[in-house]
Amino acid sequence: MSAVRVLVGTRKGAFVLSSDGTRRAWDVSGPHFAGWEIYHLKGSPADPNRIYVSQGSGWFGQLMQRSDDGGKTFTPVDNTFAYDGVPGTHQWYDGTPHPWEFKRVWHLEPSSTDPDTVYAGIEDAALFKSTDGGASWHELSGLRKHGSGPHWQPGAGGLCLHTILLDPTNPKRIVIAISAAGAFRSDDGGVTWKPINKGLVSDGIPNPNAEVGHCVHRIASHRSRPATLFMQKHWHVMRSDDAGDQWTKVSGNLPTDFGFVIDVHAHEPETIFVVPIKSDSEHFPLDGRLRVYRSRSGGNDWEPLAKGLPEKDCYVNVLRDAMAVDTLDSCGVYFGTTGGQVYASPDGGDSWSAIVRDLPPVLSVEVQTLP
Amino acid sequence: MADIRVVLPQHLQTLARVPDREVAIGVDGAVTIRAILDAIEARFPQLRGTIRDHGTSPSTPGRRRPFVRFFACEEDWSHAAPDDPLPAAVADGREPFLVVGAMAGG
Repeated sequence: MSAVRVLVGTRKGAFVLSSDGTRRAWDVSGPHFAGWEIYHLKGSPADPNRIYVSQGSGWFGQLMQRSDDGGKTFTPVDNTFAYDGVPGTHQWYDGTPHPWEFKRVWHLEPSSTDPDTVYAGIEDAALFKSTDGGASWHELSGLRKHGSGPHWQPGAGGLCLHTILLDPTNPKRIVIAISAAGAFRSDDGGVTWKPINKGLVSDGIPNPNAEVGHCVHRIASHRSRPATLFMQKHWHVMRSDDAGDQWTKVSGNLPTDFGFVIDVHAHEPETIFVVPIKSDSEHFPLDGRLRVYRSRSGGNDWEPLAKGLPEKDCYVNVLRDAMAVDTLDSCGVYFGTTGGQVYASPDGGDSWSAIVRDLPPVLSVEVQTLP
Repeated sequence: MADIRVVLPQHLQTLARVPDREVAIGVDGAVTIRAILDAIEARFPQLRGTIRDHGTSPSTPGRRRPFVRFFACEEDWSHAAPDDPLPAAVADGREPFLVVGAMAGG
């Protein structure tokens, strides 16, 4: 029987939640790296026993860990993220130049074909790659140096590269997103890059239609249609059907189109999920009711999914890396909250229950579907 | 070679996989902060970057991380030059060299 492993990064450690394919009973292991911030951990699609972990703290900096046994044990790997050349400056919140400095690894994206190849999105924003299982990292500096880098500015969470999409049909194509610079694409394996933000409109920047400066919160795509991208921006849910060359707003009937997460159903490439958050100054669900919204039409028409979720007095947030899906026949959907709950739906969002309720604030959720 | 008593903060003890907070670190030559940190990182490579930043080259090691402090003989050595000699009591093992995570909540 198939099994599911949910990898949860929190403010105070990592947790591994395991279940068989029924997804009724869960085993919780952790905290791994107790007391450390785990921004992200993710398994390799090419070898599910290989898991990469971003471990950090304000005191002791960034560490990287690797598991080769599905999360039972971990080994430290290289934690050196040195920018290529003299990195110069980006913009600070007030528009003044600010030195580029490494702070942390936000997101890890293992290759779908090679367990030893993994990409890392870091703050201050840059893309790094390892081809030796994390033993060394090098920057794909064409992104930072493509021209607009000095104009990038941080979002509230920092100048973070938080989204990395590897095209399963075209190994040369990579899409990334940076808060608050926008989305960028490479079609040559990460050597050269271009902004892909046409159609995005953002208040809070001098030119709302600028080529860069948009606070993209998350981008997701379906493996079968990698050129179709779904974006949760600071405000607005967007889609593109040409790999980001042009974006269209699909917020439709959402009660608010501010939010952080967005994900795509494993088997229905036009079924997408978001968690609407009240506003950019009130990071919690509308009216204290936690609801996932699902669109079966790739946007515009949305339905609230509330069965099993809190109906009142809920004022948590769901951060940008904290939603994932499994690939079982009945697609499971998972998300974690800043209140420490991890919710699971074994039926594509129709009903929900909490796997755990009292973890530290959840930073990231990833799912591995195991044979 | 002098055996220096070094007290690590709990998180680094865990990371180094040593049973006690206090470890004995062999240091060749003058007993300085730089020599102790070099010896710690040589013995526990997983601690590289956790006490001081990664340097840009072997001859220019990194700076003490902002939330890490160094104490010895009831004195704060956090702002001492890395090549200043530490007190004789540290060098001869009567007193430990403490690596401390700053009190900053959380």
